[in-house]
Amino acid sequence: MMGARGIDLSCSIAGVKLKNPLVLASGIWGTSPALLLRAARCGAGAVTAKTCTLAPRRGHKNPTAVDWGHGLLNAMGLPNPGVEEETEMLREAKLLLAPLGVPLIASISADTSDDFGRAAALIARAEPDLIELNISCPNIQDCDHGIFAGHPQSAAAVTRAVKSALKSVVKIPCIVKLAPNVPSISEIALAVAEAGADAITAINTMPGMLIDAESGRPVLANATGGISGPALKPIALRCVHETREAVRVPIIGTGGVVTGIDAVEMIAAGATAVGVGSAVTYRGERAFALILSELEGWLSAHGHGSLDDIRGCAHAKAQAVATSNPPPVPGWERG
Amino acid sequence: MTAVTSLPPSPARIAKKTAENSKTISLILDASIPAVPGQFAMLWLPGVDEKPFSIAGRDPLTFAIANVGPFSGALHTLKPGDTLWFRGPFGNGYSTAEGRSLLVGGGYGAAPLHFLALELMAARGERGSLPTVAIGARTEADLLFIPRFRALGLDTHVATEDGSAGVKGRVTDAVASLLDSRRFERVYACGPEAMLEALGSLCAGRSLPAQLSHEAYMRCGIGLCGACEHGGRLVCMDGPVFTVPAESGA
Repeated sequence: MMGARGIDLSCSIAGVKLKNPLVLASGIWGTSPALLLRAARCGAGAVTAKTCTLAPRRGHKNPTAVDWGHGLLNAMGLPNPGVEEETEMLREAKLLLAPLGVPLIASISADTSDDFGRAAALIARAEPDLIELNISCPNIQDCDHGIFAGHPQSAAAVTRAVKSALKSVVKIPCIVKLAPNVPSISEIALAVAEAGADAITAINTMPGMLIDAESGRPVLANATGGISGPALKPIALRCVHETREAVRVPIIGTGGVVTGIDAVEMIAAGATAVGVGSAVTYRGERAFALILSELEGWLSAHGHGSLDDIRGCAHAKAQAVATSNPPPVPGWERG
Repeated sequence: MTAVTSLPPSPARIAKKTAENSKTISLILDASIPAVPGQFAMLWLPGVDEKPFSIAGRDPLTFAIANVGPFSGALHTLKPGDTLWFRGPFGNGYSTAEGRSLLVGGGYGAAPLHFLALELMAARGERGSLPTVAIGARTEADLLFIPRFRALGLDTHVATEDGSAGVKGRVTDAVASLLDSRRFERVYACGPEAMLEALGSLCAGRSLPAQLSHEAYMRCGIGLCGACEHGGRLVCMDGPVFTVPAESGA
C-alpha cells in the first residue's frame, strides 16, 4: 500500500501479501467475523483469530486480565468454541475480509502434536491465508513439560505434525508462535524452521504474576498470567533480534507495540510484520490508524521509501559497534 | 477520600450498606472515583469472582447490587467494615445535555439512573426542566429506587408486569403513552435487552435520540478479549451506553 506520503508499507509473509505490516495479534478481538472485520477496517494489514482447540474451552474464571500500569497481565485460558464452530466463523470472516484484501490468520492449539495436526487439517477447511500454531500460551499446560515452545524437540515435532497434516489437504503456510521464557529462543527458532515453519511469530506473552497486598492473593484467578504491553517490548525486541540472527523465515514481531516508533524498532530488530494487541487497550480502535500514520511519518521524516530500508538495521549497527574500537570515555582511566 | 482511577483492583472499605428492595442492596464505599453515570467498575472478591457493575454513585463510590447469582449473593453477605475490591471506571457513560429528558429503567437496570438524575439536575440551568422517570419491574417488590426518585421531586411513572404497583404492563407501554402525550429531547435507558430493543424502536419511530446502556458478560473489561461483543461492538470499550441514532453535533 502506498500511503499518503508515497511510502510503501507493504510486506509479505510466506508469500501472503499484506498492504501494511500491522497484524492483529491472536487473542485480541478475534472471536467473531464482525470483530475481525472491524480490525481490518481500522487499518490492520492482516488479522489473527482467537486460538481454537479441538474441543470447546470455557477458559479461566475472572479476574482474567488487568492493566497494572506498565503493561497488562492476562490469563484468559484460551476460551473458544472448538474447531468446528471456529471453522464456520473463519469461513464467514474470510468472505467479509476478501473485499478489503486483508489476509486471515487462523490460530490453533492442542495438547499433543497429533492433535495439532488434526486441528490444522480441520481449520484448513475454512481456507485461512495462514495458520498460526500457538505452542506458547503461558496460561494452559499444553504438554507434559509445560509449553511446546519450551524445547526445540517438542516445538519441531508440532511443526512437523502440522506440515504433514496439511500436505495432503491444501497449501497453507504455517506460522509458529514462540515463547520468550526459554533459555535460547534461537535454538527453538532454528528447530521449527528446520521442521518446515514458513514464518515465526515472536513472541507470546511473558509469564508473570500480580499479588494484591490487601488480600495476600494473586490477582488473576489463574494466579499467573502473561505480561503484554509496554513492559514486554524490550523482551520482544531481544527475542526478535535473536530469532533473526538464527533463521531467515519472516518474523511477525509481537510484544508491546503501541506506537509507530515501537513498530520501527521491531522492524529494525528484523521483523517483517508487527503484531498489535494490547495497544487496543491503550489507544482504542484507532490504535491501528495511529501506529500506521506514525510509522509512515517516521519513515518519511527519515527519507525512507519502504520498510525494507530499515528492516534488520539493528543487526548491522550492532556488528559495527562490536568490531569498531570505541574511544575511551573521558576520565575512565582515573576510575 | 482521594479520587483514583484504579488499574489493578483497589481495596475499599464498605462504609454503609442499605436495603433498596426485596433483593437489592446499595454498598457505599469509603472511596470515590472520577466516573460519569453509565460507566461501570469491575468488582472483585478474591477467590470468588470478578464482575462488572454499574456505578450508582461517584462520591462516595456506590453500587446497587441485585442478588441474582453466586457472586452477587456473596456481595450481599458483606458488612460495613468489610473490604471490596474494584477497578475502573470503564466504558462510555451517558452524555448529559440540556433539555427535557426521560429516564427509563427496567428491573435492576434502574441502578445508574438515580446517579444520572442527580447529574442532570445539577447541570440544569435556572429554568431547565427536571427529568421524567419511568421504572418497570416484574412485581412491586422488584421496583428499584422509586422512593429516591420521588424524594428528588421527579415525576416518576411505575409499571409492573403483574399490576402490583403502578400501571399493569411493561415499562415500554408506559413510555409509549408518555411519548405520545409529552415532548422529550432525549431518552436515557438501562435494562434488559428486550426492553432496550423495544425502546429503541419506539424512539426511532419518533426520531428521538436514545442512550441505551447494555449489559453483557465481561471478562477483561478493557476492550481486548471480545467476550462482551454485541454485533461487532464491545460493550466494555464502545459502550455500555450506545446512542441510537448517533446524535449529530453533540
